[in-house]
Amino acid sequence: MTGKLRSLDDLRRLRNETKRTMQDRVGSEIKIIVGMGTCGIAAGAREVMTAILEELAKRNLSVNVLQTGCIGMCQQEPLMDVVRPGEGRITYGNVTPRDVPRIIGQHVVNGQIVEDLVIGRTD
Amino acid sequence: MEIFRAHVLVCGGTGCTSGGSPRIKALLEEELAKNGLEKEVNLVVTGCHGLCEMGPLVIVYPEGTMYVHVQPEDVSDIVSEHLLKGRIVERLLYKEPVTAERVPHYGDLPFYHKQERLVLRNCGYINPEVIEEYIGRDGYAALAKALAEMTPDEVIQEVLDAGLRGRGGAGFPTGLKWNFCRKAKGEPKYIVCNGDEGDPGAFMDRSILEGDPHRVLEGMAIGAYAIGASKAVIYVRAEYPLAVRRLHLAVKKAEEMGLLGDNILGTDFSLHIDIKEGAGAFVCGEETALLASIMGQRGMPWPRPPFPAVSGLWGKPTNINNVETWANIPDIILRGADWFASMGTEKCKGTKVFALTGNVQNTGLVEVPMGISMREIIYDIGGGVPNGKKFKAVQIGGPSGGCLPESQLDLGVDYESLTGAGAIMGSGGLVVMDEDTCIVDVARFFLSFTRAESCGKCTPCREGIMRMLEILDRISAGEGRMEDLDLLEKTAHIIQDTSLCGLGQTAPNPILSTLRYFRDEYVAHIKDQRCPAGVCTALLTYYIKPELCRGCTACTKVCPTGAITGERKAVHVIDPEKCIKCGACAERCPFDAIVQA
Repeated sequence: MTGKLRSLDDLRRLRNETKRTMQDRVGSEIKIIVGMGTCGIAAGAREVMTAILEELAKRNLSVNVLQTGCIGMCQQEPLMDVVRPGEGRITYGNVTPRDVPRIIGQHVVNGQIVEDLVIGRTD
Repeated sequence: MEIFRAHVLVCGGTGCTSGGSPRIKALLEEELAKNGLEKEVNLVVTGCHGLCEMGPLVIVYPEGTMYVHVQPEDVSDIVSEHLLKGRIVERLLYKEPVTAERVPHYGDLPFYHKQERLVLRNCGYINPEVIEEYIGRDGYAALAKALAEMTPDEVIQEVLDAGLRGRGGAGFPTGLKWNFCRKAKGEPKYIVCNGDEGDPGAFMDRSILEGDPHRVLEGMAIGAYAIGASKAVIYVRAEYPLAVRRLHLAVKKAEEMGLLGDNILGTDFSLHIDIKEGAGAFVCGEETALLASIMGQRGMPWPRPPFPAVSGLWGKPTNINNVETWANIPDIILRGADWFASMGTEKCKGTKVFALTGNVQNTGLVEVPMGISMREIIYDIGGGVPNGKKFKAVQIGGPSGGCLPESQLDLGVDYESLTGAGAIMGSGGLVVMDEDTCIVDVARFFLSFTRAESCGKCTPCREGIMRMLEILDRISAGEGRMEDLDLLEKTAHIIQDTSLCGLGQTAPNPILSTLRYFRDEYVAHIKDQRCPAGVCTALLTYYIKPELCRGCTACTKVCPTGAITGERKAVHVIDPEKCIKCGACAERCPFDAIVQA
């Protein structure tokens, strides 16, 4: 429970905080898609997903995190795709929770593809 | 701060709740936990989305996928398919009635295309029980702006410039009303929110109170600041338990956060809001009767003057506005009068919420810009009349409104043009009727409603409505006389002119409008002894077509009065003396041999 608001600044601060949580209901330009088929989950997609959400919260980023089913590259799971507006869809393979901060920091924020983890791209 | 990758919105409006949405929510919770998704997926109960016909509704963000008619057995599919694997559950999507295509995205539904959702902006989007969500949508920012940057006079000027008019039905300019009360002498001043929504088939105010209660509270706080009031009352029907509960919760939360109560946001402005439950008398929607009811007296109007702005609650200056009017205020202050005045027609600004019911494909709640035609509301948004039936009439404004035919459908919706056509804007009930509706019967229905709800204080309303109803009963029983039509008209005008309050003054509207547009149907009842829609039982006769009857005796078994006779395998006949016209035989006949004449 939020405490008593004593001034306009208090209200403004609370608004900005909640706005952030609710933004995911609007949809953002940048998308991260995680393969969550049986193969993906078995390979650890759940842990990757948790790492992504933690990292986004830490950096206060507004990104849509979506999930998808098996696309047939089961041996490369967990798969994590990053889509930035106007750029192609980049697929990273064999992603571990440890890779997540790097992908988000380099690619999602700065637009530089993490080449050593890329296994495919579609335009 | 928590971040979720998906938000699942379950509609918690009254329509979806009675359709079983609380059970859906509980099952979703269970399934999410079972799949370990409770930290990733945020489950939110919202207010009404308007598309009540399709409930219970579940919407999944960020995609904005809308699932309709969700049943308990569908929940595991939504979780395991959509939330886990990202695959949309096709079979639960809305199906476009004309093209039979599935519509995955909430915003792509034709139902929402022509709507302009301002007052309902948060309904179905936020959790009405969490004040932070309202604040996250710029809630209470308008109150903060008014308190910090505007004088009370500037607030009133803004509302005047916006051209906002009372949404309760009469359309009196809100800014003017506020000004009267501000200038009146007496302390303390009161403001009142009229949530006594009594029209059959209307649920605009209920949905706003249930779906976005803080919007109404914020509007009232701004109004209180402008008028100089320190006490407020919300009068809401006890028949709206969910709205009552959410209002209590909203007031409590707002007080805890310092957005209501003493020294709001650290300023010296204070406002205390009480909630008064009404017992559901239609007349209490009239402002003086409403005030009497709050003060513990019988809900009866008093003659004005004195107007409530001068002497209202406990004899003090009081300003009363309807729920929807209050809900319009925050956006006017936050986004400015010019923005608001850019919508609507020359004399009517902004939007209006309508409850669309009756014989229409998409029953539900719609918000449209003023000036839009009835045809657009009924056909483009409402999807037209179902089951291939023909449109006959639309009753706008409830029992105080009028019945408009096809020829008036291109009329733009605003206060003046509706009044000109013999209806009223009213609070926003729209009841669509198809060709199977008998107009005399409709007029009788609304009149029996106003007769029952008349408080009995003034003679024209108490006696006049009774007399008109007797005439209508006579006509539908096949005992009408042609002079009755003139007598109806004359009585109607007397009641209109001489009744004390709005209830009586508007009660004749259904009669006058149906006489104006559907006189033929009255004449058919009187002269031809015929009810064209086949509703008035006294004017019906059932008979058996001899060429179709096979003598199966099915009809004789269901006839409750033994009116049908005939040998097995021979043609049967109905004795009109014994027949009570219940229609059971016609329903039972396997050969469609029994027809009305």
